[in-house]
Amino acid sequence: MTGLVVLVTGVTRFLGSALAGRLAEHPAVDRVIGVDAALPEPAARSRMGAADFARVDIRNPLVARVIEAAGVDTVVHASASSTPASSAARSMAKEMNVLGTMQLLAACQRSESVRNLIVRSTGAVYGASSRDPAVFTEEMSARSVPPSGTGRDAIDIEAYVRGFGRRRPDVRIAVPRLAEVIGPTVVTPLTRYFALSPAVPMVLGRDARLQLVHEMDAVGVLEHLALGEFSGTVNVAGDGAIMLAQAIHRAGRVPLPVPSVALDGLSRAVRTLRLGGFSPSQVKLLSAGRMLDTTRLRTEVGFHPRFSTIEAFDDFASMLRPAVAPATVRRLEVRIAGTLGAVAMPDGSAANRANLRAGSVDVIDALPDPYPHPVEAGDRPAGDEQPTGRPRLVGITGDAAGTPRRRRSR
Amino acid sequence: MTNVPPTPPTSLPPTPPLPRTPPLPATPSPPATPSPPATPPLPPTQPAQRDELPPAAPVETGWKRSLAGSLAFVRRRMTGDYEVDDFGYDPDFTDHVVEPPLRLLYEKWFRIEALGLENIADTGGALLVANHSGTIAIDALMAAVAVREHHPQHRALRMLGADLIFQTPFLGPIIRKTGSTLACNPDAERLLSSGELVSVFPEGFKGVGKPYSQRYKLQRFGRGGFVTAALKTGVPIIPVSIVGAEEIYPLIGNIKPLARALGFPYFPVTPTFPLLGPLGAIPLPSKWIIEFGEPIPTDIYPEHAAEDPMVVFNLTDQVRETIQQTLYRLLLRRGHPFLG
Repeated sequence: MTGLVVLVTGVTRFLGSALAGRLAEHPAVDRVIGVDAALPEPAARSRMGAADFARVDIRNPLVARVIEAAGVDTVVHASASSTPASSAARSMAKEMNVLGTMQLLAACQRSESVRNLIVRSTGAVYGASSRDPAVFTEEMSARSVPPSGTGRDAIDIEAYVRGFGRRRPDVRIAVPRLAEVIGPTVVTPLTRYFALSPAVPMVLGRDARLQLVHEMDAVGVLEHLALGEFSGTVNVAGDGAIMLAQAIHRAGRVPLPVPSVALDGLSRAVRTLRLGGFSPSQVKLLSAGRMLDTTRLRTEVGFHPRFSTIEAFDDFASMLRPAVAPATVRRLEVRIAGTLGAVAMPDGSAANRANLRAGSVDVIDALPDPYPHPVEAGDRPAGDEQPTGRPRLVGITGDAAGTPRRRRSR
Repeated sequence: MTNVPPTPPTSLPPTPPLPRTPPLPATPSPPATPSPPATPPLPPTQPAQRDELPPAAPVETGWKRSLAGSLAFVRRRMTGDYEVDDFGYDPDFTDHVVEPPLRLLYEKWFRIEALGLENIADTGGALLVANHSGTIAIDALMAAVAVREHHPQHRALRMLGADLIFQTPFLGPIIRKTGSTLACNPDAERLLSSGELVSVFPEGFKGVGKPYSQRYKLQRFGRGGFVTAALKTGVPIIPVSIVGAEEIYPLIGNIKPLARALGFPYFPVTPTFPLLGPLGAIPLPSKWIIEFGEPIPTDIYPEHAAEDPMVVFNLTDQVRETIQQTLYRLLLRRGHPFLG
């Protein structure tokens, strides 16, 4: 049996490029073709490694020619349901997401060679409201269908994919529904939300549960699905929850409670000032929260995320320069206790984190990576280098605002 | 009956976070014991240095211990150093902020007697089904305090609440932090199958908002959704009878147009509310008894019993009857509603 020929969409973004690079190194894969409408930036190009790049807009029927010419048998639509990298791209995002997926599915349908189709979806298909169950399984559907935004698009995309499945029952289709992707490299409205300013706005009187998936786990699960046997829909998320206010504090920021009416306006204002911004459904997520049940991911797909939600967030937060470092808080505690004549309680598990957060790059360098990324036996070849080595990111940590993200989003 | 309630301000639920001291729960340590500091205050020099070398278990006592505990709690909140579960249950917050005032209310104000706690197993899931009353659902919180404080294992009681609670700003997130979740079968079954104690109040708003004249008369028990949850997960049902909550805010009227306008299920009129304004929010100090009944097993039924309406209705009636009979018995035992 010859190796697979994989087409990966959206390689200008982190997920697509990292996935392309990773697949290109896999022995079972002959060739990886990354496609996107724009040229990938050097960072994305280096992540792609040995993968080829074809500049094709997936909304253009030309993509069918690429599939045919290369004899592609596995299509990974990694750019579907991706959150727009910049606020200006939001209007484009719907077109790319929905129309791009339709064209890509049409191309796959005509192709004789395509055998596997992986379409990335998002947990936003479940919506988010206070009337929803606390944890969503794959069988549940949104009680409050989001009127617009990524969630709405993802519901449409999944409907098209189901239609495709009926027309091409011979193609294995896997639809991973990813929780919010977070990590040191990836750029999403959520990462920008936390990076925006020392005071992070949140809805007054609300505190939502967030569930996150680390960027390397997101890449890992797409790779796993592309090469595996699973067909169907599966939730992908890290273990456990983090509260929004807790996350803001862990990032060393200060929560700024804003009445929900004003938050919409604030989001608009921030967007007009071109400082970033978040979509209305993002705002809603930040006031209701949702959790995904990942039993199927573990049992049927056999994928175990290496980062829990909190670990994923901390990995992202180590990129930010904290406005209020835990060490400062601890010093304040000890001082207040001392002034009042008591002895502060010993600082338990947070000590390590405090040092890490307050420390310089050297401190971070000195710490061993608690979550070395590869390699499971039989899963990946030995010596499989992860495309975005964590050591490279560590260097960035010392930067002023830790914002290669902001530059990239322009 | 419409007399102004005695209102010793000391027994009102205060909001400042009193630190909980798990190893010494019996220490009678009021936060403001006027004991002079036995040890001279440490000079506040070089606090950062002391930080690096945490003192080896300094046994502080009294208010100092409370203070250090409070400061540590605030620090944990400020640095996000705590954990919540999938439902948003935040034990750190619950134990330090929510429980202390509730404990005061439980012990000093309502003088609650908890009976039959031995009917709750030390481990494993169980569904606690209770009557609901009192205009404001304080009874749910008190049942949780009873289990948390007085059960030998100090188990957490996860309450199921109406969606109205979780829609309400401020209240919703706090209730979620205390371990409650939306009253729906997926959530109930998920909690039960992970071995949690779940409490449910099948009367819902019909029970909480019933007029004082109908006190201790159980309302309809819905469609028995709680029974299906227990049957599907095979956990026992523990009937819980709460006596005393009916008298805390005797509901003598209901302003329906106002309730409709505000989106509430009812707008209560009690002897003190809205007559006395905010003072009307003070509950009357009735004497409470909470009895946890004998567990009713549900794993003796065949596999698909949860889909059998006959089984579900019979079990629902059995639970309802048990609670109703226990209520009558406890009422006799209590005697006077306020003097007990």
